Amino acid sequence: MTTVATTRSFAQGIRPDVPPKISGEFEYSNDVRIPGMLFGATKRSPHAHARLLSIDVTRALAMSGVHRVFTHEDIQRGRVLGHIIHDQPVFVQDVARHEGEPVAFVVADSQERAWEALEAIEVTWQPLTPVTTIDDALANEPVHPQGRLIRELVIERGKPAEADVVVTGTWETGRQDQLFLAPESAVAYPIADGGVTLILATQDLHTDQGQLCNVLDLPPEKVHLINSGIGGAFGGREDITLQAHLAIAALALGRPVKTTYRRSESFLAHPKRHPAFMRYRLGAKHDGTLVSLDVSIDLDGGPYASTSGPVLGSACYFAAGPYRIPRVRVHGRAVRTNNPVCGAMRGFGAVQACFGIESTMDLLAEKLAIDPVELRRRNVLVEGDEFPTSGQRFTDQTDLRDLIDRCMALPIKSTSTAIDLDTPGGTGHTLMGAEIVRAEGFALGVKNHLYGEGVPETSWAKLTREGDTIIVESSASECGQGIQGVLDRIVRNEFPECDVCFAVPSTWMQYSGSSSASRQSWMSGSAVLGAAQRLKTMKSDDGAAVSAEFEYRAPATHRGDPTNGTGDIHVSWMFVAHRANVEVDPQLGLVRVASIATAQDVGRIINATEVRGQILGGIAQGVGFAINEHLDTPDGLATNNSLTDYLVPTVADMPTVEIDIVEQPDPRNPLGIKGVGEPSAVSSTAAIANAIRRASGRSIARVPVRPSDIALDD
Amino acid sequence: MSAIRLTLDGKPVELEASPNTSLLRAMRDAGHTRAQGACEQGECGSCMVMVDGVPQNSCLVPAAICANASVVTVATLLQPDLADAFARHGAVQCGFCTPGFVVAAEAALADEGHLTYDTVRERLAGNICRCTGYHGIIEAVLEVSQRRRGTSP
Repeated sequence: MTTVATTRSFAQGIRPDVPPKISGEFEYSNDVRIPGMLFGATKRSPHAHARLLSIDVTRALAMSGVHRVFTHEDIQRGRVLGHIIHDQPVFVQDVARHEGEPVAFVVADSQERAWEALEAIEVTWQPLTPVTTIDDALANEPVHPQGRLIRELVIERGKPAEADVVVTGTWETGRQDQLFLAPESAVAYPIADGGVTLILATQDLHTDQGQLCNVLDLPPEKVHLINSGIGGAFGGREDITLQAHLAIAALALGRPVKTTYRRSESFLAHPKRHPAFMRYRLGAKHDGTLVSLDVSIDLDGGPYASTSGPVLGSACYFAAGPYRIPRVRVHGRAVRTNNPVCGAMRGFGAVQACFGIESTMDLLAEKLAIDPVELRRRNVLVEGDEFPTSGQRFTDQTDLRDLIDRCMALPIKSTSTAIDLDTPGGTGHTLMGAEIVRAEGFALGVKNHLYGEGVPETSWAKLTREGDTIIVESSASECGQGIQGVLDRIVRNEFPECDVCFAVPSTWMQYSGSSSASRQSWMSGSAVLGAAQRLKTMKSDDGAAVSAEFEYRAPATHRGDPTNGTGDIHVSWMFVAHRANVEVDPQLGLVRVASIATAQDVGRIINATEVRGQILGGIAQGVGFAINEHLDTPDGLATNNSLTDYLVPTVADMPTVEIDIVEQPDPRNPLGIKGVGEPSAVSSTAAIANAIRRASGRSIARVPVRPSDIALDD
Repeated sequence: MSAIRLTLDGKPVELEASPNTSLLRAMRDAGHTRAQGACEQGECGSCMVMVDGVPQNSCLVPAAICANASVVTVATLLQPDLADAFARHGAVQCGFCTPGFVVAAEAALADEGHLTYDTVRERLAGNICRCTGYHGIIEAVLEVSQRRRGTSP
């Protein structure tokens, strides 16, 4: 079970969204019904790479109950999607570049009828050879007109130095799906002025709105988005999937149109965590002092950019972990392939980099015969150091030696054979227990919160007081992570006598930015605090409503120097330590993660239950990524895009967890907040992999670890 | 399509269904949305309801065989002590899995005289939660089990 030491400084109480979620009354986007609505379904490319020759919709349109089929002919040429780089067509126009790419959208009287009509849309393809590896992508014709690389980044710091000892490692990570539980679903309806409104589930209302305005050729005043209940996100709702199809259909047909994805297509529709291919070369002195690091990181971006650019930035800037290394060189590339599109997922590039550096640190510890935790203690950043990649000053941060020590001081359960569930392979295990090998692994994680790399960052909030009620307006998306609960406590802290309620987030409100990058508590928490402080100074005559707005602006960051990538890239960082104990069946190659101990740097606790929830949830996803979760796509075609074949941890797979929360307020925002969402997913996977490597004696060069990686010779 | 008459949370309802329409889809198409569908192949438990007293994944049950059955969702099953425990223990984040977990938990609490850490996990192993890491759910159900038996947690 879990234990948490807490400090009580904020207003208490249950998150406002939780009671209706428990009773089943909470409305998710797939629960929305509008009278007279039609239903859409998406025809998708069955090929990873193919030329579109023709689309014949005659048979589909002849079916009773089918209203219309939309294709690329319904989109103005040149109007494409993409929230950083515009490079993704709404529908395939000439070439399909990944399996599942939308080619048509059929609208019918019912969802079942729309699905049936998909079979009647006849698409003729000329299959092309799919480009599915980094090497092929670099050697062959580009799969996209914008070129082979989405981004290339070189970071170089310090002068080459002599090391006594050098270790090298080649590391690879899988393609993880966010697997938010509520599949994509939304409704669009036309409005009187020729505009359209969508009720949907998105992490970022205003970025979606901007992309829709572009593809619809409409001004923002005519494209409105309202967030309904969001059933999880984890990065998987940052990109456009069904939004443009629904808006086009609703505008053309003059009626509300809804669609809900099936799980099999949800896997193909939203971007995933990037597979990473990493080469590490780490040099040190005999006493373990790190001297130099040379890294190359290639990310498989799939054919469209999504957030590959900043994900690569994150992978490269965290490639050296939180260690003092005088000489660092990182060469990163995000490469276009015909594999599924990759983009944001909890940890955003730092997860892959953490597996790379933390695995290499363990190799070095073994080579030097130094305890791996002690090796990290000797090399972690201390006040005044330079961050190893960016060279940014490490200041006003958590004491990393203390963080390590606190993680190591936690009790940890090293054996568990009480019931069948708790053996490698679960109830299907074939061993009697004696053969099971156990080991502990350690990893240290670091990631920035907020965007960084010079992206300007603001969040707006408005508070209105009517009698003893405060109405909060913020367009921050509540994906389940609890941002409304955080804002609720911040407001009630300022107005203990008041009830707090939330207006439904929409694009009629101003920009609060994306619910991503562990940023909303800091950004929108600061915005709400600013509005609350203004509101306190305002007098209400005769109890009339009074309002105050505030736009919070984050401290500035900078893009890296064009020649060497260094600079003040990030506002601040989050740190975390994980210790994992695993039990390995060496003959069958099965693993059980028995227990995790973690110390996490959270700035300041606003709601201890929710902080713990973020830590546990991220660890669950880290366990999945360490031993199971990978969307397999031989020749670019997914083979396990279902919950039967893509295994996520169940309650039986979840380890015991001991937690120590480290509170050191961050002075860069008024509440001392740090993000808490991502760190738990950053280094839990690496700690488990390190434990499996020790237990099995195998190289464990890839996560998720497959049974063959353990049971068969390297 | 034919009309299937059954009782849903104690009220007589008529659901439209073809022979291969699942109970989940028939309920949702009629506007009864307390059961959710995340996989529609019986893997995640988010559509779990009780059919004649037995917990079932409603995505795998044809609506047609539920004629005259009693179908019960979270709306009937949820007891205030479990709701309170779920909220206090952080058993809910996005909440999409929660109604299914409540059905599985209330069924386990009704069936088992005494739930332990191990038996709770066995009884909830058919439900997937992607947000919470499960510990809050386990703690909530264990606490309710102990309180309903009159022992302190």
